[in-house]
Amino acid sequence: MVSPEPISFFGQVDRSTGVICDEKHPLYGESVSGKVLILPRGKGSTVGSYVLYGLAKRGKAPSAIICLEAEPIIAVGAIIAGIPMVDKPESYVFKTGMFVKVYADRGVIEVPGL
Amino acid sequence: MYLTRHEERILKGEEGYARQKAMEILVALGEIYEADRLIPVSSAQIAGVSYTSLGDDGIEWLESLEGAHVTIPAVLNPAGMDLENWRRMGVDPEYARKQIRIIEAYKRLGVRPLCSCTPYLLGMVPMLGEHVAWSESSAVCYANSVLGARTNREGGPSALASAIIGKTPNYGYHLDENRKAGLIIEVEVELKTISDYSALGYWAGKLAESNVPYFKGLKGVDSVRLKALGAGLGAGGSVALYHVEGVTPEHKTALVERVERHQFGEVELGEVYTNYFKPIPDRVDLAAIGCPHASLDEVKEVAELVKGRRIKDDSRLWVFTSIAVKRMAERCGYLDIIRAAGGEVYADGCMALAPLKDMGIERVAVNSSKAAFYTRLLAKVDAYFGDLRQCIESVIGR
Repeated sequence: MVSPEPISFFGQVDRSTGVICDEKHPLYGESVSGKVLILPRGKGSTVGSYVLYGLAKRGKAPSAIICLEAEPIIAVGAIIAGIPMVDKPESYVFKTGMFVKVYADRGVIEVPGL
Repeated sequence: MYLTRHEERILKGEEGYARQKAMEILVALGEIYEADRLIPVSSAQIAGVSYTSLGDDGIEWLESLEGAHVTIPAVLNPAGMDLENWRRMGVDPEYARKQIRIIEAYKRLGVRPLCSCTPYLLGMVPMLGEHVAWSESSAVCYANSVLGARTNREGGPSALASAIIGKTPNYGYHLDENRKAGLIIEVEVELKTISDYSALGYWAGKLAESNVPYFKGLKGVDSVRLKALGAGLGAGGSVALYHVEGVTPEHKTALVERVERHQFGEVELGEVYTNYFKPIPDRVDLAAIGCPHASLDEVKEVAELVKGRRIKDDSRLWVFTSIAVKRMAERCGYLDIIRAAGGEVYADGCMALAPLKDMGIERVAVNSSKAAFYTRLLAKVDAYFGDLRQCIESVIGR
């Protein structure tokens, strides 16, 4: 799932369901759960890190995160939640619905068929 | 980022889950901000304390760190309530139960259960050039600017990670080159009240964003006024460091290149009160003083203003401060005077983090721009900004 805009996990994502609950966000109503979430960067309160932790506890977290720009809220959230995350991809080929493999331990993203 | 062999071992998990997670956080931040290494810090002030902001997710994360222990003196940000007198505040017992669970989790990690945005009034006073890891934006401003200590604006998890490991990545305000002035603010109006300093801070913060302002023309400043100025700067923008000509410890080395100049005069001062915020009306539900947490002198000033007077039955006057200042105010007799007028001094808490709406509070008068901004944003009530006298008059019966 590609988000064209940054996401504040505190306030813009429902803590219990993983659904984007801010009407002003272009992905309003969509769930981040079980998807490789690709976003420009995180924003907002550092409490957003804890929201990612809570989503992971409930099995509602993204299965992996790709951040175009490294940023502490998402990075810390991914660490404490144990969500695989990579940042600064070398090229931008992502579209919503595409299948990608993320190897966070090696910092590698694979796009089969590309 | 360079890691010592010991740091590598912590990162691999050889000293347990919690220390591994803490090290992972510090390493991730170090890599994001291109730090060369980790450096020791002498204290931590940790955000992520009130149940309002932490929520159940945050509680679970804290409890998952069970078994770890901080290695440096560490204190907490304000909580959502007075940890002892929450019933008198009118806090819901369920909220209180969760809030106490958070404090207990921090205590088990060895963090001191002292909740304040003014750690420097709790005896945590780093010296010039000393590295620390503090979170709360006004405390960060005070440490960097007034004390000349060095800290970035830490998030809750990173300050806790620093408290556990005793280190922080070496970047940002820890480095000389990032402590220089980025803009000059010429103050051309006499600032009379503490709230005027708060207003200047908010205005300059909006202008500076995350830059370093250098103030000229400030006369008669003291630590309480600088506390208010820094809080405004941290709320209006994300300023972490400022300099005041002739006053703050690094002002002499702050100006290295030509930077833009801005003027703050009578018009600008007035605009903060009327355009950015709403002026204080005749009646409010609550006058809340102590953002940042009141110093002993500020509590005394409140006591002097309410002495022999009576707060209206349907209004409240609350002064927020640290447990240390509250105990001192009690010893000095200020607490009795405020209570006799129908007011109260609360420790540990904060007007912006308290569940005000659940207590039937809708309209709040404050003498701090930061409190006006966050009380509206976080506590979701109407906030009005004026000076201390106006705040008190709005809750005093005729």
